[in-house]
Amino acid sequence: MEMNEKAILQFVDLDISFRTNAGVVHAIRGVNLDLQKGETVAIVGESGSGKSVTVKAAVGLLDGNATINSGQILYRLREDDGSERVVDLLALSKRELRRTINGRRIAMVFQDPMTSLDPTMTIGKQIMEGILLHKKVDKATAYARALELLELVGITHAEKRMKNYPHQLSGGMRQRVVIAIALASDPDILICDEPTTALDVTIQARILELIKDIQSRMGLSVIYITHDLGVVAKVADYVNVMYAGRIIEVGNVNEIFYEPKHPYTWGLLAAMPDLETDDDRLASIPGSPPNLLHEPVGDAFAPRNAYALKIDEKAEPPMFKVSETHYAATWLLHPSAPAVEMPPELKARLERARKEAEKYL
Amino acid sequence: MSEPLLQVRDLTQHFRVSRTFTVKAVNGVSFDIYPGETYGLVGESGSGKTTIGRSIIRLYDPTSGSIKFEGKEIAGKLDRATEKMLREDMQMIFQDPMSSLNPRKKVGDIIGEGLDIHHRFSSTAERDAAVAEMLDKVGLSQAHAERYPHQFSGGQRQRVGIARALVMNPKLIIADECISALDVSIQAQVVNLMKDIQDSTGCAYLFIAHDLSMVKYISDRIGVLHLGYMVETGTTEEIFANPVHPYTKSLLSAVPIPNPEIEKRRHSIAYDRKAEGVDYSQGTEHQLEGTHRVLATDEELARWTA
Ligand SMILES: Nc1ncnc2c1ncn2[C@@H]1O[C@H](COP(=O)(O)OP(=O)(O)OP(=O)(O)O)[C@@H](O)[C@H]1O
Ligand SMILES: Nc1ncnc2c1ncn2[C@@H]1O[C@H](COP(=O)(O)OP(=O)(O)OP(=O)(O)O)[C@@H](O)[C@H]1O
Ligand SMILES: [Mg+2]
Ligand SMILES: [Mg+2]
Repeated sequence: MEMNEKAILQFVDLDISFRTNAGVVHAIRGVNLDLQKGETVAIVGESGSGKSVTVKAAVGLLDGNATINSGQILYRLREDDGSERVVDLLALSKRELRRTINGRRIAMVFQDPMTSLDPTMTIGKQIMEGILLHKKVDKATAYARALELLELVGITHAEKRMKNYPHQLSGGMRQRVVIAIALASDPDILICDEPTTALDVTIQARILELIKDIQSRMGLSVIYITHDLGVVAKVADYVNVMYAGRIIEVGNVNEIFYEPKHPYTWGLLAAMPDLETDDDRLASIPGSPPNLLHEPVGDAFAPRNAYALKIDEKAEPPMFKVSETHYAATWLLHPSAPAVEMPPELKARLERARKEAEKYL
Repeated sequence: MSEPLLQVRDLTQHFRVSRTFTVKAVNGVSFDIYPGETYGLVGESGSGKTTIGRSIIRLYDPTSGSIKFEGKEIAGKLDRATEKMLREDMQMIFQDPMSSLNPRKKVGDIIGEGLDIHHRFSSTAERDAAVAEMLDKVGLSQAHAERYPHQFSGGQRQRVGIARALVMNPKLIIADECISALDVSIQAQVVNLMKDIQDSTGCAYLFIAHDLSMVKYISDRIGVLHLGYMVETGTTEEIFANPVHPYTKSLLSAVPIPNPEIEKRRHSIAYDRKAEGVDYSQGTEHQLEGTHRVLATDEELARWTA
């Protein structure tokens, strides 16, 4: 497989299942995703759609009951002498991944901060450990850098906090410590799995700005997993919408927010209350995602899709091209599909959003 | 108005971390929650929201202050009967789902645990049916009862925590960031579910969250915390239509909106307490219109409302 010229990380037809007591769960069913240098790609999608599993595969952190059925995760590795080569991360042993890639080149911030912090070690030690492991510096330098990172992520009294254990911090503070640890080794790629869900809006804005700042200074590439569409609107260049183990729509951020094509994306956008919402009930996508213990027949979203066509029951839709950057997997885009419009409330809302945005365009 | 279900007065919670460092997590916070209402607690990370929740449900011993639940003082030492009442009538949904669910227990047993302890059923079949119904209500399936917590995605796990609290039919539910980890469509389902349960059982919520659009949507009244002080409280209407405290104003200005062209250009209103010279310990509670209160000195209030 030739790697896409501009990409730094590329997921190709990734397919993963898990063995469980109840049977085999086919969690990732052919994921393709490109990350270009210096860009931010967001992955959004319902809980259980496979966002975390996809990125965990890249850092060799899948659970023991996982099987990678097929696919590649290509990474453009830049040696210290400036030469480049493409490696398939899935072909590396866990040991090689840990030695050459994880932390140093690809750093990950997990959804649940407690799982990546050591409860028996002070946070200062934990940040310093990362620095000492990846950089040839002495302890005093590492200490100063750790302190600086804590301040960067907005933790006050940083010097005193260095001596705290994880349980002595609030949820959001822990999350920020994890972000500090990830940034400690100056990685190429930062993967953030819902890094700001536990953070209030002001700190969240600050962390997002911090990541953006580092990005523009050092060409950091970011994969950002979140379900907060407001955050996506702020940080992302490209958006991948995931459903039941597949990417079902991808586009640049404006295409996804102003001209979404997939009914599932419509549902996501409609479910988010904005400050103007005061209906009695929130619009929600009815039903629940498919149980991937059973291979879906046809389009996995069809049972919950008010716009499903007959063909959705039989065949999974391919990616239809909308523009050079915008693709969606829905039969509604087939040339012979009936003309279908998004729900009128959503249409009105997107129109309003576009109008407001036009002031700036 | 009826009698408050929960009455918190001058609640203070300090943690002594070392000989020279004490964290003053909560400093003299007062608020009421009435039966059947939703009180939203917002504030920046580390402002003391979780600590307030944990003090109320008595996972901590409050440093000082009074907490009355149905008129009964629960801030001090608890007798058996009061403790039992608390364990049944008050439930908490925790912020960190992984560390609050026993990893060695099947999810069905985690949800049924409260029912087991308090003998809330007459047969195993009845208990299993209650657990299955709850799983269904939070959007999981019956088959999930046989799985262990680590076999779930983050959002699915959070729903297990919600089911565990709701199954007890409590009078007060402390929901600590219970929807933050959920994606928007499930958020909408869970929030609708929480509203339905409130309509049918009349339970009250202390809803801790940082997503202000959701807090605005679900809450009857809101309290804004900063550095362990309740800087402003009032009905949702009062807070959103007429925020007075500069911290509240900055919070409202930071709510992200799903509009990329605007969001990429927008900068939130910064609030720098020190630069503004605000010292919370000097402020007193000022009553504005209705139930709207703000923590300020006379001079600050005059400045902020000018
Ligand atoms: N170790 C495992 N064993 C069995 N199934 C698993 C395992 N890990 C994940 N899964 C399943 O794989 C699917 C994808 O999980 P994943 O954690 O990637 O979801 P997600 O999109 O990150 O969701 P969330 O937004 O809730 O974090 C889910 O159905 C989940 O239950
Ligand atoms: N057991 C403890 N020991 C020492 N300090 C603690 C303890 N629990 C909380 N704290 C401190 O109390 C303060 C308030 O923490 P709390 O968890 O209540 O914040 P929060 O408002 O819930 O924040 P977040 O939104 O980040 O969850 C923080 O400074 C925290 O470090
Ligand atoms: Mg996840
Ligand atoms: Mg908290």
